[in-house]
Amino acid sequence: MATKTKSSAQRDTPKWEMVIDLDRCTGCQACVIACQAENNIPINEESAFHEHRAIQWIRIERYWEGEFPDVKARFLPLLCQQCDNAPCEPVCPVYATYHNEEGLNVQVYNRCVGTRYCGNNCPYHARLFNYWEPVWPEDLRNQLNPDVTVRTRGVMEKCTFCIQRIRRATRGGEAVEDGALQPACVQSCPTSALVFGNANDPDAKVTRLKNDERHFRVMEHLGTDPSVTYLKQVDVDG
Amino acid sequence: MYYRRTLSDAQINRELLHVVFTTPMWWIVIVGLLGLVVGLAVIAVGFMFNQGLGVTGLRQPVFWGFFITNFVFWVGISHAGVMISAILRLSQAEWRRPMVRAAEIMTVFSLMAALTMPLVHAGRAWRIFYWIFPYDWSRGIWPDIRSPLIWDPVAIFTYLISSSLFVYTALIPDLAVIRDRGKGTWRYPVYAVLSLGWHGSPHQWKLQGMAGILLSALILPVFVSVHSIVSWDFGVSLVPSWHVTVFAPYFVIGAVHSGVSAVVTLMVIMRKLYHLENYIWEEHIDALARLLIVVATGWFFLFWLDLVFSLWTREEQEMVVWNLRLFEAPWGWLFLTFFITSYVIPVPLWLFKRVRRSFTWMLWTSLLVNVGMWLERFLIIVPGLVRKGPLVFDYGTYRPSPIEIMIVVGTLALVPFLLLLFSKFFPLIPLWEVKEGQKLIDHVQLGNVEVPALVKEH
Repeated sequence: MATKTKSSAQRDTPKWEMVIDLDRCTGCQACVIACQAENNIPINEESAFHEHRAIQWIRIERYWEGEFPDVKARFLPLLCQQCDNAPCEPVCPVYATYHNEEGLNVQVYNRCVGTRYCGNNCPYHARLFNYWEPVWPEDLRNQLNPDVTVRTRGVMEKCTFCIQRIRRATRGGEAVEDGALQPACVQSCPTSALVFGNANDPDAKVTRLKNDERHFRVMEHLGTDPSVTYLKQVDVDG
Repeated sequence: MYYRRTLSDAQINRELLHVVFTTPMWWIVIVGLLGLVVGLAVIAVGFMFNQGLGVTGLRQPVFWGFFITNFVFWVGISHAGVMISAILRLSQAEWRRPMVRAAEIMTVFSLMAALTMPLVHAGRAWRIFYWIFPYDWSRGIWPDIRSPLIWDPVAIFTYLISSSLFVYTALIPDLAVIRDRGKGTWRYPVYAVLSLGWHGSPHQWKLQGMAGILLSALILPVFVSVHSIVSWDFGVSLVPSWHVTVFAPYFVIGAVHSGVSAVVTLMVIMRKLYHLENYIWEEHIDALARLLIVVATGWFFLFWLDLVFSLWTREEQEMVVWNLRLFEAPWGWLFLTFFITSYVIPVPLWLFKRVRRSFTWMLWTSLLVNVGMWLERFLIIVPGLVRKGPLVFDYGTYRPSPIEIMIVVGTLALVPFLLLLFSKFFPLIPLWEVKEGQKLIDHVQLGNVEVPALVKEH
């Protein structure tokens, strides 16, 4: 009896996933900025990019395809893939990162001592380290999101799928309507290239799209089982 | 062939305890200079704690750099202790006698130097005891034993504790000698406590001998485990060029290579500084050099395997990392330097008896080995992170900052600094071991010449 209750509870537990349609992505970086504002990420000045120390939970990787003048820009928005078999988790000595029951790869800032092993072991480079104490310009201090911890220096951080929004939406215990709950990046995407939802819901848009014939997952051969699926039309004729 | 000088017990006591009872000028100067460097490194660590790890050269995606390289290097050096004292003791190699203590104490100090590295490299070093203390009292959650970073402190503390016990057990008879010679000074009460009431009865000798043999045997698994575990920091990861099966034996034998070379360096310098010509002979470093030829060649074989396995599988990312290591500046130059200094120059030279028996040659070749072995660790750790995965957009680079260099130099000064301090209070060459060796000399008649021959103990 008890096991039956448990299994039905497991069925009801959402599994948060994302689909990114690369055929729709224009590389406009709206998601990057929205994430920056939502998640209290310090302002990345130009020097941060030169130093390779910019903190971006989602970043647009830009690749050139072809030779000039017949060249195309390809964009790959990369964020934490919330892997179901996450390489970052078992290497952390202090359980600062672990897997929760909703399929999220969770980072506990207070536990983190900054060994940075998780960052080394993440093939997606989704994990970022706070090299300095974060500072904001005086006139931006009041725009910090009260739902999100401001991270101190010396800890790792990464995309959380806007867990604060998930918590707020699911606080009452009732099921969340598909599409009502969106991380900041999904909400701000002008071309709706990003889709977020509960993959345990067979009718959700994310469930339908992740089985689209264009689907692939980044570095699937590593066996990390990412929760982010990408869609891309492959032009077989070149 | 073996020329042995016969030394009286009184002469051994006098010569080996000389530095304990007198303080030469050069000792004060060198300890002062090394202390200054260590002090500067401590200031650098303080500055880094105060400012944040931004003062290092680390950047995306290179999260580990000089500190972890230096950590692996010092754990490697520490392998000399167990090699010389445990393995050579159990295999009854007679020539180990003058170097056991120096090798063991260098093990202890280099482990201490190694331990400082993961501590200062952590983002929040002041919270590190959360990590290494295997108990849940501070935060209500146990450490994750799946993480190699938990295996590390377990292995290293086991090694540190067993090596310290080993050094101490072997020190007790010598402590009693200092106690007896320090009557009427501050030394008497201190060494009386330290020597645990040793008065040299047959029963005490028996217990001490048994403890030594038992500890040697118990340390033996540590010999294999410590550097294997250090190698698994890399081996169990997903980073291309790190997840290599051959890493454990490759690291262990590399550690012995650099550790035994460090013992050679130490022996030559000790001999010069403390005028130990009667105790450290050409035969000793000759024996060490012969051991090194075997160890270095074994290491070279595993190094070769590491390369061949990567080339054979032709896995794309492995090839990218090896390409960076071998052909791109400055990595290729570093690789060339590493390869030449750790094998190509020293090993062929050691094939010549004149080199093996020359203290000057052995000093420089053994130093070269450790320059190369430091670079080896750097070239194992960093290139894999610089070219991590197929996301070429994120390819990084790494250049150590002056703060990192200062801290690494600080550990290079810390170990000799601690060794010199140790030598002021305890003899670096075990008196009783040398005396025992003298007792074991027998004379055999060969024709009409009487030659000193070696009788093995037990």
